[in-house]
Amino acid sequence: MNLDKKITDDLVANDVSFVTTVPCKQLAGVIEEIDQRKEIFHIPSNKEDEGMGLCAGAFMGGKRSAIIMQNTAIGVTINTLATLTQFYRMPLPMIISYRGELREPVACQVEMAVHTKALLAQMHIPTYHFHWQKDVEEFDNILKYTFMCNKPVAILTDANFWGGYGDQ
Amino acid sequence: MIRSEILKEIAPILKDQLIVCNIGIPSQELHAIMDQPSNFYMLGTMGLSSSIGLGVALAQDKTVISIDGDGSVLTNLGTLPTIGNNCPDNYILIIIDNGSYGSTGDQPTYTGRKTDLAGMARAAGCDNVVEVQDVDTGPALQAAIDARHGTVMIVKCDSGNAKMPVITMDPVIIKDRFMKAVAG
Repeated sequence: MNLDKKITDDLVANDVSFVTTVPCKQLAGVIEEIDQRKEIFHIPSNKEDEGMGLCAGAFMGGKRSAIIMQNTAIGVTINTLATLTQFYRMPLPMIISYRGELREPVACQVEMAVHTKALLAQMHIPTYHFHWQKDVEEFDNILKYTFMCNKPVAILTDANFWGGYGDQ
Repeated sequence: MIRSEILKEIAPILKDQLIVCNIGIPSQELHAIMDQPSNFYMLGTMGLSSSIGLGVALAQDKTVISIDGDGSVLTNLGTLPTIGNNCPDNYILIIIDNGSYGSTGDQPTYTGRKTDLAGMARAAGCDNVVEVQDVDTGPALQAAIDARHGTVMIVKCDSGNAKMPVITMDPVIIKDRFMKAVAG
């Protein structure tokens, strides 16, 4: 299965037409795919909270938006999630690379990984963990759920989901 | 002039425009001077007025004016290259540059010393950067709206805050009426 294409197809099918990204090795293929789709306006951000501001604006401007980022970003976006996205009740699918989980080769990444789900739980953010490739079949339902309930929703995609890191 | 005096002066120009206003005293002042459904008041999230406004402008065709502050823009400096490389014709960013963090008691920012926001915006790729003195804000803003050309305006003024009540409006109400104004 081409995960990049599947994720992008589901975004388009759910009328997500505004996507902001910060660079990520794991999500590079999705970012590239999104960049090529005429149905989606892709605007790279310098920082994840800037991206959440852009998404909030785009949503109020009438477009469904999404953000693609790394799980380390949870550490820098707590305030924005609480005082913007959640406070004003805006939907935001967050497609997140979940570094530091199984098949992670860089020890430092584990430090944030062990906090990621706890922080999301503390924020009362619905969270889904894609570990096997078949988990992506849920993505369409997750998007529908996100726009139904007007909440930020986290989709954590770990290294196993993306096929590992090649030579380890 | 201080910020609230500038807001009073440009209020007729802001009428019925889509406005995204910076957190804290700027939003309180705008709310007290000219509340309207097309004002989006930020009640938190310092630094993102420019990003939210840009997002609204990119998503639809109506003119969007973000009212931001020098301290707030310094918090989110990455916004300038993002605007510089993606600025639509319907977006105007007004940075009220009073050289201080107004909402926290007017502690000085670096723009009150050596940092030049207009120069930074130009270097970031913003094509149409206008720097004006407080008394010239109205004509410059009207010109930017009429030109229908994405603009970053830096308005140099004195530091100081008017005493205004806090905004008690529910955030979801603020969002809903703003979205209706966008769609209307």
